[in-house]
Amino acid sequence: MQDLLNALVLLANFVFIPATAYGSQLALGALGVTLVYGILRFSNFAHGDTMAFGTMVVILLTWWFQSKGIGLGVLPTALMGIPVAILLTACFVLLTDRWVYRYHRQKKAPSVVFLIASIGVMFLMNGVVRFVIGPGDQRFEDGERFIITARAFREWSGLNEGMVFRTSQGLSIAVALLVVIALFWFLEKTRTGKSMRAYSDNENLALLSGINPERVVMITWILSAALATIAGTLYGLDKGFRPFTYFQLLLPIFAAAIVGGLGSPLGAIAGGFIVAFSEVVLTYAYKKFFTYLLPDEWAPDGLMQLLSTDYKFAISFVILVLVLLIRPTGIFGGKST
Amino acid sequence: MNTSGRTSTPAILAFGAMALAVIWVGQAQSWSLALSILNYCVIAAIMSLGLNVQWGYAGLFNVGLMGFAALGGMAAVLVSMPPTQQAWQAGGPALLTAMLMALITIIAAIVVYKIFQPGGRRHLVMTLVMMAGLIASRWFFDPAVKAIESVDPSRTGYLGGAGLPILISWVVGGLLAAAAAWLIGKITLGLRADYLAIATLGISEIVLSMLRYEEWLTRGVKNVNGLPRPVPYEVDIQQSQWGLAWASKLGANVQDFASIVVKLSYLGLSLLVLAILFWLCQAALKSPWGRMMRAIRDNETAAEAMGKDVKRRHLQVFVLGSAVIGLAGAMMVTLDGQFTPNSYNPLRFTFLIWVMVIVGGSGNNLGAILGGFMIWFFWVQAEPIGLWVMEVGTSWMSPENPLRKHLLESAAHMRLMIMGLILLLTLRFRPRGILPERNDIGRH
Repeated sequence: MQDLLNALVLLANFVFIPATAYGSQLALGALGVTLVYGILRFSNFAHGDTMAFGTMVVILLTWWFQSKGIGLGVLPTALMGIPVAILLTACFVLLTDRWVYRYHRQKKAPSVVFLIASIGVMFLMNGVVRFVIGPGDQRFEDGERFIITARAFREWSGLNEGMVFRTSQGLSIAVALLVVIALFWFLEKTRTGKSMRAYSDNENLALLSGINPERVVMITWILSAALATIAGTLYGLDKGFRPFTYFQLLLPIFAAAIVGGLGSPLGAIAGGFIVAFSEVVLTYAYKKFFTYLLPDEWAPDGLMQLLSTDYKFAISFVILVLVLLIRPTGIFGGKST
Repeated sequence: MNTSGRTSTPAILAFGAMALAVIWVGQAQSWSLALSILNYCVIAAIMSLGLNVQWGYAGLFNVGLMGFAALGGMAAVLVSMPPTQQAWQAGGPALLTAMLMALITIIAAIVVYKIFQPGGRRHLVMTLVMMAGLIASRWFFDPAVKAIESVDPSRTGYLGGAGLPILISWVVGGLLAAAAAWLIGKITLGLRADYLAIATLGISEIVLSMLRYEEWLTRGVKNVNGLPRPVPYEVDIQQSQWGLAWASKLGANVQDFASIVVKLSYLGLSLLVLAILFWLCQAALKSPWGRMMRAIRDNETAAEAMGKDVKRRHLQVFVLGSAVIGLAGAMMVTLDGQFTPNSYNPLRFTFLIWVMVIVGGSGNNLGAILGGFMIWFFWVQAEPIGLWVMEVGTSWMSPENPLRKHLLESAAHMRLMIMGLILLLTLRFRPRGILPERNDIGRH
């Protein structure tokens, strides 16, 4: 009995909690990609770097707050920076829309032109971020680091295994939940949200019924900037900030959005968790887990790891390819054209 | 305009400007630097030619260029480095057994797929066969890897190569990339442009992970240095009779003379490859095959209605383009003289090549080459230019000013912004590139 509990705590500690936190971060990132795809109909390659830009602003604000001695007590100071960072990121993104994408929109350019333009924006944003904050690692987590520490859990439960629940993980899950509820309320209940969904479903019909396309596009960019900033900050609090890592996040984020069905917000969330859980479940070394469960003489010698963590990109990719081959429009049936 | 296939005035002007820029670098900085920039320019032009075959001819959105280039680089190591005899003795047999097991598993899985009717039973049996195969091959593979990697890890720790001349690796690199492209193309072609983009992006990351972490094969992040060269070494020229004679005849320092001779030899080799590839690409573009590819690109449905096998043609062009990129990857590692998996970065090896093709003119081979030259030149020279701009721009601040220090330190990252701007400006003001595709090609 004791062994079984220990094994379960081990799994919760190293698989369930990290995967849920990572999944929340991916889901927020994928929501931004999917919204832009639903309205503007192109895959935004600059999304990873938008996340990096937003997070960079948050970090700079955090440093400024820290130098003034302002903090949130147990919570990370970064949370205070998020609103301002969203504002700045949204301004930056709207400027790129005005100077880059709008021209091609008026020309009715094919979606691949937008894709290439977003690569240009990606270079630009990547350069700005590296220029301002440099290419290195930044840690900006402060406040109380743990909600549950390993020792407190061990003393409370009397088990060998400790369970750690970090503030950044708790925050990721809580904030993602709040943001998703707010976003769905916005899309389902408000007039603007409804007009966005109408525009995404049928552009011509929406235009006929008097929806202003430029306004819909503007709101979409603001939402995507906000989602990117929040997702980036949560990821940074959890795992640290580095511009190149954010660029690489593009792959799991796109995998999540495509797996769920591009253009489908619900799909993006499901996709985020599918990708995150597969990554963590397949790369975890189960040696200790089986040592608890099996009798001593059967205890495994190897690490019992299905796939080395070095290959985590392969997992996003394999899920992506499987879904595309079996169900090309994604699990929740996004757009196919 | 002229329809006879002669080069047009803009092309002559653009290449002339490019030549002037290189000469300026030679005069203002140094001839050795100008030549080494030119060497990389030629390799960049070959990569961009490869992408042009895929994107310009056929409209395939491949953003996995880095993976193919890195495979080519690996070929350089596997062909040219001397084999590590001890490592082969320590782990070779077990490794080969593991490979055999993997092969048997694949064959067994195919047999099962053929024998069973579609349904749950087939899935179950196939899963079981693959699991058994995985366990069996890992049983031999893991100890073999351990044995190989523990053979003198500070100097070798990998299987080594075949010990052949490195020039062979240029062909092998192309073949390796082509084989990978065939496999990937089989799975992902036929997907929409943006799905193909994400899929290829993923592939290139997987290839890189493999090169970084399969130490028994590539030595991983410990890098392979001192690859054999296809051209003479500087030291030999410096000590040779003719080297000394020529250097004194030209009135140059013998070290400079040797380094320039080496770089010129590399340049000659790569220019030869570029010329052959350019000729092949032009011939293909002008042939009925080229017209068919462009017809498929411009209207897939119509081409399919005319009886063209679109998927097969796409696979063909994907394999050919990737082979060119693999070849360029092998050439680059040859020029570097070392294989460093950590130096591969998608911005530099994938997206920069895209900027080259878009700016040069997609669909136009000469344009792709021009783009390769120009963008690489900018990429290298943007650093000193950015630094100079920052120096001048902040000269009114005191040298201890933290802002000034930060700006000077970060000036190198300016080039990313400049590349983004160049791409965006091209898309807006010259969407078909500096040398646009010519629709009259092949019609005489």
